[in-house]
Amino acid sequence: MEIFVQQLINGLTLGSIYGLIAIGYTMVFGIIGMVNFAHGDVFMLSAFIALIFFLILTTWLGISSIALALLIVLVVAMALTSLWGWAIERIAYRPLRGSFRLAPLISAIGVSIFLSNFVQVAQGARNKPTPPMVGDVVVLFQGESGYNVALSYKQIIIMVSTAVLLTIFWYIVQKTSLGRAQRACEQDRKMAALLGINVDRTISLTFVIGAALAAVAGTMYLLYYGVVSFNDGFVPGVKAFTAAVLGGIGSLPGAVLGGLIIGLIETFWSAYFTIEYKDVAAFSILAIVLIFMPSGILGRPEVEKV
Amino acid sequence: MNAPPIASASTAQVAAPSRFDFGAALKDSFITALITLGLSIPILAYKTVQNGAELFLMSRWGLVAIMCAIIFGLRMLQHAFMATRAARQAMPDPHQATEAVHAEPSAYQKVSRFAIPFFLGIALAFPLLVYVVQGGLNESRYWVDLGILILTYVMLGWGLNIVVGLAGLLDLGYVAFYAVGAYSYALLSTTFGLSFWICLPLAGILAAFWGMILGFPVLRLRGDYLAIVTLAFGEIVRLVLINWTDLTNGGAGISSIPRATFFGLPFTAGEGGFASTFGLEFNGMHRMIFLYYLILALALLTNFVTMRLRRLPIGRAWEALREDEIACRSLGINTTNTKLTAFAIGAMFGGFAGSFFAVRQGFVSPESFNFLESAIILAIVVMGGMGSQIGVAIAALVLVGGPEMLRNLDFLKAVFGQGFDPNEYRLLIFGMGMVAMMVWRPRGLISEREPSVILKERKAISGSFVKEGHG
Repeated sequence: MEIFVQQLINGLTLGSIYGLIAIGYTMVFGIIGMVNFAHGDVFMLSAFIALIFFLILTTWLGISSIALALLIVLVVAMALTSLWGWAIERIAYRPLRGSFRLAPLISAIGVSIFLSNFVQVAQGARNKPTPPMVGDVVVLFQGESGYNVALSYKQIIIMVSTAVLLTIFWYIVQKTSLGRAQRACEQDRKMAALLGINVDRTISLTFVIGAALAAVAGTMYLLYYGVVSFNDGFVPGVKAFTAAVLGGIGSLPGAVLGGLIIGLIETFWSAYFTIEYKDVAAFSILAIVLIFMPSGILGRPEVEKV
Repeated sequence: MNAPPIASASTAQVAAPSRFDFGAALKDSFITALITLGLSIPILAYKTVQNGAELFLMSRWGLVAIMCAIIFGLRMLQHAFMATRAARQAMPDPHQATEAVHAEPSAYQKVSRFAIPFFLGIALAFPLLVYVVQGGLNESRYWVDLGILILTYVMLGWGLNIVVGLAGLLDLGYVAFYAVGAYSYALLSTTFGLSFWICLPLAGILAAFWGMILGFPVLRLRGDYLAIVTLAFGEIVRLVLINWTDLTNGGAGISSIPRATFFGLPFTAGEGGFASTFGLEFNGMHRMIFLYYLILALALLTNFVTMRLRRLPIGRAWEALREDEIACRSLGINTTNTKLTAFAIGAMFGGFAGSFFAVRQGFVSPESFNFLESAIILAIVVMGGMGSQIGVAIAALVLVGGPEMLRNLDFLKAVFGQGFDPNEYRLLIFGMGMVAMMVWRPRGLISEREPSVILKERKAISGSFVKEGHG
């Protein structure tokens, strides 16, 4: 029982990170119908940006309050990663709009290879450990066997900030004119353009929002694991895409739900079965869901027009 | 990389000013340089250096300044270039070809008439050429090795071309079949002592079998979903190879795999070896040259089979499936069988190539079969122009041979200092090249197709009339 609760907490934390990345996939797929392969690497890049700014703030500027430092790091990482997201869309995807379907996919794979190797060349191939940031835990309750069920401050920060940011972005997509434009482009890009919506700008903003949320995920990942390396983008990226598909691609709550499910499955699989095969479990779920339930949990079934 | 291209689809339609507007170009280049600065602030400007357990930061603002200056210059050049091109395009060219189907032999056909025998001749005579140029067997080792590497990718590209180019099924996990072939040979030869010539067909059959197994569940999927599921299968195969240590020896891999023999004659120095039987002086290069011709033969076999299959009913069904699946079904084509045969035959060639890989290396480990390999093979197929055999061969030469050339650019050390290793930038340039290639020619290098059925005269079909399939 204690182990179950502990794994539930860990799984939800991991799931929040996956959910944040999954939103980037799901929004881009919804609006231009492409799998943004480079999104996992944008996430990895944002973790590096967060790491560097954390070091600047703590060692050079001497900010001793970790909470303040984390807040600044989060904002800066979101801003700079958004710039990367914008630039990638502008350079690698926009010229290919209206081209044949495989071209953006290959371009995205190229961006993904470029980003991970760019970080490798610029920052070195070794794992980068961070100084310990938030170490405190809250003991929720103690089991009979003496096993403490603990909720660390890190996990609280991750879950709370995920919830807050999701609410903000949910509000943007549902209530603001940007969100309306985005949903209009999703339904019919040509018609939206005829009605005076700047489609290019809307798509750019979608990439910016996706990158900003990936930056939140990157900062949280760094905070949670305390280590990042240049090839950390691929596997979380694929898992987040799995989450987006599981929840129903194109649906924002679906992406978060899918992220939480994938996170829970991964942690419970590691705890009760074998840790070696946890990635196999995640990938198998991806395959099974796509084969038997291609529209996901909250997605709309695709209507095929002849 | 950081300079956004000017001509997006919407602005290209607007009549561009034919004069070079210096002020506007300057302003735009300045903005581009500023964006570059913004992009490089964290990642380029500070390097994290590890000292013991702690991380330190090292500033590199000089590098950032150089980077911004380069981007600024490139952007200015691009503006100047675009202005002259816009001026040229304002006057229409009377010879401009507008129709998509040429009755006249196109430039591609004219080139291919000479290019194909030329490339084939070069490939056949390659070891001899290198021997003459480098002046000795041992000196030519590097080049023959490179030739083997390129031909392996040509073969993999042609194998994947059946699945992606002909049947229009996007497969991102092709490397799984390569791995199945390699491990089949490695395991069969080390445990049962079977020779390469028995294992080669077995590896192909096993890979084809796995192609069917993986193909069966994904029959209903289309487009990007198919791509992602095949990617997941590729990763599952790799993860199983890493974790099933009893069978595969895990991440350490299988070593001391028996070498290939010349139809029974081993390439050894002693009595009964290849050299002594033919009265030659023993040289390790004999085996390399044999391997070179082996992979050349395998690659040509792949090409030959593909070319013949295109003319058989099954090949026509593949291409019809790529063009329109619903029409296929209503005309009574069994789409299940058509898709499965495409997967199985593509996988079979992947298995042959994998088995060759194992015999060449004498060592296999799961690390050789990661997603990057699948991406490279797919990039070769797409950049070659899907479905074009010669295009795939050229793309493999460029994509595999090109980055390899970076190793030889020693003069760069004089420019960037002794610590500069061009090889580090291999994949970086590879990634940029993939993006640039797609922006420049999304249809691939050879974007024209030769129809398999003709009426009276040969015509080339523009690639934009060839569909890429839904599945």
